[in-house]
Amino acid sequence: MLYYLLRRINLLLVTLLILTLASYALVFLFPGDPITNLTGISDTHSAAYQRQSFAYNLTQGWWQGYITYMQDLLSGQWGLSMSTGKSVFADIGAHLPASIELAMYAMLVSVFVSLPLGIIAGLRHGRHTDSMVLGASLVGYSMPVFWLALIMILVFSLQLGLLPISGRISLLYDVPAETGFILLDILTSDLPNQDAAFNDALRHLILPTLSVSIVTSAMIIRLTRRSVVDVMRRDYIKAAYAKGLTQWQVLWRHGLKNALMPIMPQLAMQFTVLLTNAMIVEVIFSWPGIGEWLVQAIYMRDYPAIRGGMLVVSALVIMFTIAIDVFMRAFYPLSKRQIHAQV
Amino acid sequence: MSDYRLLLLLMPLLTFIAGCEQQSTRQLAQKGLVYCSEGNPATFNPQLDISGITVDATSHQLYNRLIRYNPETGQLEPELATSWLLRDDGVTYEFQLRKDVPFHSTPYFTPTRNFNVDDVIFTFDRWRMLSHNYHNVSGGSYPYFESLELSQVVEEVSRINGYRVKIKLSHPDSSFLASLATDFAIILSAEYAEYLEDEELDKSLIDRRPIGTGPYKFASFQRNSHIRYFRHPDYWAGPAKPEQLLYDITPTSSMRLAKLITGECDVAAYPAQTELKVIQEHPELTLDELPGLNVGFWAFNTKRPPFDNPKVRRALAMAIDKETLLDAVYFDSAVRAKGILPPTSWAYDQTQQEVNYNPVRARQLLEEAGFGEGFSMNIWALPVQRPYNPNARKMAEIMQRYLAEIGVSARIISYEWSNFRERLRAMQHDSVLIGWSADNVDPDNFYRPLLSCPAVDSGSNRANWCHPEFDKVLEQALMSADKQQRTALYRQANQILNDQMPLVPLAHAYRFQAYRKAVRNLPILPFGGIAFGGVSKEER
Repeated sequence: MLYYLLRRINLLLVTLLILTLASYALVFLFPGDPITNLTGISDTHSAAYQRQSFAYNLTQGWWQGYITYMQDLLSGQWGLSMSTGKSVFADIGAHLPASIELAMYAMLVSVFVSLPLGIIAGLRHGRHTDSMVLGASLVGYSMPVFWLALIMILVFSLQLGLLPISGRISLLYDVPAETGFILLDILTSDLPNQDAAFNDALRHLILPTLSVSIVTSAMIIRLTRRSVVDVMRRDYIKAAYAKGLTQWQVLWRHGLKNALMPIMPQLAMQFTVLLTNAMIVEVIFSWPGIGEWLVQAIYMRDYPAIRGGMLVVSALVIMFTIAIDVFMRAFYPLSKRQIHAQV
Repeated sequence: MSDYRLLLLLMPLLTFIAGCEQQSTRQLAQKGLVYCSEGNPATFNPQLDISGITVDATSHQLYNRLIRYNPETGQLEPELATSWLLRDDGVTYEFQLRKDVPFHSTPYFTPTRNFNVDDVIFTFDRWRMLSHNYHNVSGGSYPYFESLELSQVVEEVSRINGYRVKIKLSHPDSSFLASLATDFAIILSAEYAEYLEDEELDKSLIDRRPIGTGPYKFASFQRNSHIRYFRHPDYWAGPAKPEQLLYDITPTSSMRLAKLITGECDVAAYPAQTELKVIQEHPELTLDELPGLNVGFWAFNTKRPPFDNPKVRRALAMAIDKETLLDAVYFDSAVRAKGILPPTSWAYDQTQQEVNYNPVRARQLLEEAGFGEGFSMNIWALPVQRPYNPNARKMAEIMQRYLAEIGVSARIISYEWSNFRERLRAMQHDSVLIGWSADNVDPDNFYRPLLSCPAVDSGSNRANWCHPEFDKVLEQALMSADKQQRTALYRQANQILNDQMPLVPLAHAYRFQAYRKAVRNLPILPFGGIAFGGVSKEER
């Protein structure tokens, strides 16, 4: 296990290093002068420009520049965002929790809805229920996430007037941002109308969460169904029936665990897909997460923000993937044979 | 296990989602007003920026002026000054100030005294005196006052006593009071400025973390997200009803409309022309409209031949049918312009002559001017949507066809907006479709910036037209304080314009304001800006 862990940490570090190289190179690949891109100072003869190019150490060659970049990166000096005027690091810290929160709730909803549905479909293999669930999941799976989000706005917000279309909570509630996770912030705050605020935040969560989770749910339904169908054909299931157990008992004692085990790793991997989808949905619902923030930065040609944002998002995905890998290894014996990373 | 039992497993989730619906926010909504605005303000001091977004976000919410316009009557009325008089010398104004007007008390500053003459002197001196401690703070540019050269006009601002201030001008200026009533002439707190200096804090906080006397006080601003204001409980004219005022920054117009429909906003900024019908037909929404104080026109570069010939200009004016342009471009949201003054102006001349569509006469005139064969010209169409002209490009295309009928071939030219303005300033055009929105009700605000000789140099005279006689009439009008006399003089000016035709006035567009039915007492201000001080929300 230790050897395995070391290999994974090694993989993580190397990948992160390549990422920093890529994000460092970005600044040279953008059109225009690197220092102008990073600081917004266009007069290359000005003293301010000279000071900045000294600070970025780009005059000493790209290698020296990279070392300075790494030092800045590690000390949290990620430059100033040109559109907000704040530190990129602080901006990311303020926006990332919103994205993670959205992805997390979407994951929860996906799991709670699609696992039971997948199991039902698997148990009713070949019957009407199965075809219906399978058909619905196909629709969900083939719908682009931004389109789905727009349709939901049209139906639930504009036509039925049930749910709000933008933000995380009505602006009327002044929730202090402590952790960045809105529900947690509301629960730990001393707002006079805490219940109402919590309720309002939940209402704001529904449409974005559903938009993100439907695609993932469709995926999980299909995986679960397949696995349940396979397992329920096994001999030990037949033996269990022969012992006189009811269908419920068979499923609970023998079927479920065996059916879910093989899909667990794939389930976890869905989280990264989810995070990507969440970033798209953020733009549509004006959800103040990292996705919305990055898109704004791209519109404004805010290079320091683009660079920092890209680095954080990709690092996050890599770290999560590797963490899941390690987790599965520890709790899922079958994966023990894999020492090397797999694509 | 049956499907039914499995469904039971899902029930908690379903009730959870259903339980979240509606409820709650309703009671709180009563206490707050949400305005969907179209962008971030550049500053919280409207003296520093003339953009509509900044003015909407700050002027009437955070501050007061000495005097203001009544949006209904268009008359000047007291605000922080209770009365004023012009001394016999014609250049000295005296203002009696309102007593017991408290400034905002906020977590970052607690005032120890009420508004008095010191605040007026500080505010005026800041923008008019280069040597003032605060003049260069936040960029040191005061665009509105600079455009009127007010710092040259105001010679002295001095105290008579604690609540009486004297403003002496260098020469008579009958539009001076009108300038004081604009959204830009707000009063700042001298005590706050002193405090920032004494505590050695950043002086620009005066513009970023504002203190004013207005109905709302500043709480927080998050770029690209929202501005939060709280009610000023001691507001001199009685506290505002909603406890909070929120600016939800929503740049896309369709998104603002969507939020207005769902009730996430109570009021939405600048609905697009194409959305007006949806708003009108929606049972929960109200659309107010008011003839705006603006004019859209077609200006000729009168220094270039053949446009230096008044006959040619007249012929071109006769060649186009204004009614068609109005129908096709403004969709019933404008009135036809006879002159450059809109009907809401007090100096508007009902009897004013105008040039009507008459292609036959137009051809004759061209022949008389020696252009019987016709000629080719260009029409510059402004590339952005402005209140006075929502679609200049389309307008130019229609005009192109009309001009072809009298043998004039026109080419349409458009550049990116800032480039367009720069080239226009350099007078590279033959003719241009553009317009003007007034900042105050004084008629001078239309004539002088658009058509006077000095305006040729400052770049706002798009017709490049300098007519000394016309300027003399304007000068006389400005010197006079008598409204009747001024009206007569402006009629005279109109006559000159009608003879000379440096530009063809086309339309005065309406101003629109869209809000939910629950919103009460939201005035629609003729020259832009929005005021939430007296607004309340009714339970529905």
